[in-house]
Amino acid sequence: MDGKTNVRLLIQDNISHKKNHVDAFMPKFLLLMASMSVLTTVGIVLTLFFDAYKFFQKVPFSEVFSTSLAPLSANPSFGILPLINGTIFTSLIAMLVAVPVGLAAAIYLSQFASAGKRRVLKPILEILAGVPTIVYGFFAYSFVTPLLMHLIPSLGAKNVISPGIVMGIMIIPMVASLSEDAMNAVPNAMREGALGLGSTRFEVATKVVVPAAVSGIVSSFVLAISRAIGETMIVAIASGSNKNFSFDITQSMQTMTSYIVEFTSGDAGAGTTGYYSLYAVGLLLFIFTLLMNLVAQYISKKYREVY
Amino acid sequence: MNFETQLLKELAIEKDKKINQKRSFKIDSSHIKRRVWLNNLLQRVFSLSTVFAIAVLVILFYQIIRQSIGWLDWQFLTSNLSIFPQKAGIWGAIVGSIGLILIVIPVTIILGVSTAIYLEEYAKEGKIRDFIRINLSNLASVPSVIFGLLGLSLFGRVLHLGSSILAGGLTLSLMVLPIIVVASQEALRSVPGYLREGSYAMGATKWTTIWKVVLPIAIPGILTGSILSVSRAMGETAPLVVLGIPALIMRVPTSIMDDFTALPIQIYYWTLDSVLTKEYANLASATIVVLLVVLFLMNSVAIFIRNKFQKSY
Repeated sequence: MDGKTNVRLLIQDNISHKKNHVDAFMPKFLLLMASMSVLTTVGIVLTLFFDAYKFFQKVPFSEVFSTSLAPLSANPSFGILPLINGTIFTSLIAMLVAVPVGLAAAIYLSQFASAGKRRVLKPILEILAGVPTIVYGFFAYSFVTPLLMHLIPSLGAKNVISPGIVMGIMIIPMVASLSEDAMNAVPNAMREGALGLGSTRFEVATKVVVPAAVSGIVSSFVLAISRAIGETMIVAIASGSNKNFSFDITQSMQTMTSYIVEFTSGDAGAGTTGYYSLYAVGLLLFIFTLLMNLVAQYISKKYREVY
Repeated sequence: MNFETQLLKELAIEKDKKINQKRSFKIDSSHIKRRVWLNNLLQRVFSLSTVFAIAVLVILFYQIIRQSIGWLDWQFLTSNLSIFPQKAGIWGAIVGSIGLILIVIPVTIILGVSTAIYLEEYAKEGKIRDFIRINLSNLASVPSVIFGLLGLSLFGRVLHLGSSILAGGLTLSLMVLPIIVVASQEALRSVPGYLREGSYAMGATKWTTIWKVVLPIAIPGILTGSILSVSRAMGETAPLVVLGIPALIMRVPTSIMDDFTALPIQIYYWTLDSVLTKEYANLASATIVVLLVVLFLMNSVAIFIRNKFQKSY
């Protein structure tokens, strides 16, 4: 660098080196890449609708609402109710585990735990969410089911209770961390006000913080349900493939997701009615989870308290 | 009013006060005791439910490690599949998983980081940006098994990739795209505005600013997001099963167009097989240990990068 170099020259130099072609090209390239996510969604919707349409050309709409599902028998029938039945029961059991435990953990972490305890406990809870679902499936089938068999002798090797419970455990961190975020958003002044009036911490939690954060908490529950409906590997392994339309949760039932997995890993020839039924079930699953997410977004937006 | 009546009045007030004090104190005392007791009890209950979740985690790890002892050795890692459980190994699955993430890493990083740069640096407030954002958040909530169906028809049937590593890798990439986009967006947002302004003031163009000033600072955050999304892709099973990955592949894949098996798939089939012979449960848990160790290492690296390169400006 000689003495003549100054800022003005540097700027001039920079301007003359403007890579105009790169600058013109990059936004277009980036927009193209960003549109890939939109194209993926379009692809999902098109695939599901297109092949579900083929299914409904072959199977009358009324048959879909029957209680008998036998896609591979000589006289196949395609009732969806057994799958919906199984999905509702596993999700219900999962929510019975995840909601109370998750909410209690969230209240503990945000109201009672010291900063030090929180720093340790929260990452451990997050590990729970990072364990692959196939591992939970193995755990449900090879540990929880045999354990429950000691308590309920009539329990089948494949049943609805065990995957439901394990799925609930898997969802706990999701409920806990989303609810905790909602509770942390409640301003401290409200907490301190209630404490100053002589409330105990528990009273502050149940009478001030939880009501103030209720929209976030409820939307975390809705997201958890959507997660439970879409969860695949745990139910594919531990709930079995019996297409039962019954209310006996000690026996095997099939969910929408495990139907898709069972059917594709078997010998479903492309082009058969059974093959297209996968997409009809997939479409229903997609609509269910999409609705749940829209509801969760709506709740957290609409009922958000303004402080 | 004479002195005596006033005194009586005052005395009466005093008495009332005392009675009131006494009464309220008494009631308060038991009331407060009950409330404090309830508070302490529920604190225990809440902390126990947190501990419950952690206890499950400990039991899970303990069970899996216990079942894998004696099965997880060098021979298991380096052997091919075999119909005899004692001789079976996961070398093919390891190669398959590595192949998958070699597809997932470049595809997700290019798609994800580009999307994040577009949304944060170029897109103006408006309909396109909102649309892409809403679309991403909905994509994040689509069940993974649906991505399997997409892969089955798009990559399998339309592009004729079958159940190859390429088809699997592309399917998984689309699935984890929202994770890396959100992480990269946050990394870009944390780069302070005055660094961009300083760069513009020196005459740099927008792209030069992004490439030479913004991206280098955002790289640790982007890397953390990439590692998290890749580790998520590594543990995912459902889309691969739906793609129709065969149960028993004896051949180790040599190119991305080959059929393959991956660690989670191997766990799935061995868990199902454990009905036949209990030994398959040992094979499954040994594979789980390998998968969990890899995921744990990846996550540690992500946390390390986040802590080490976290700068404040």
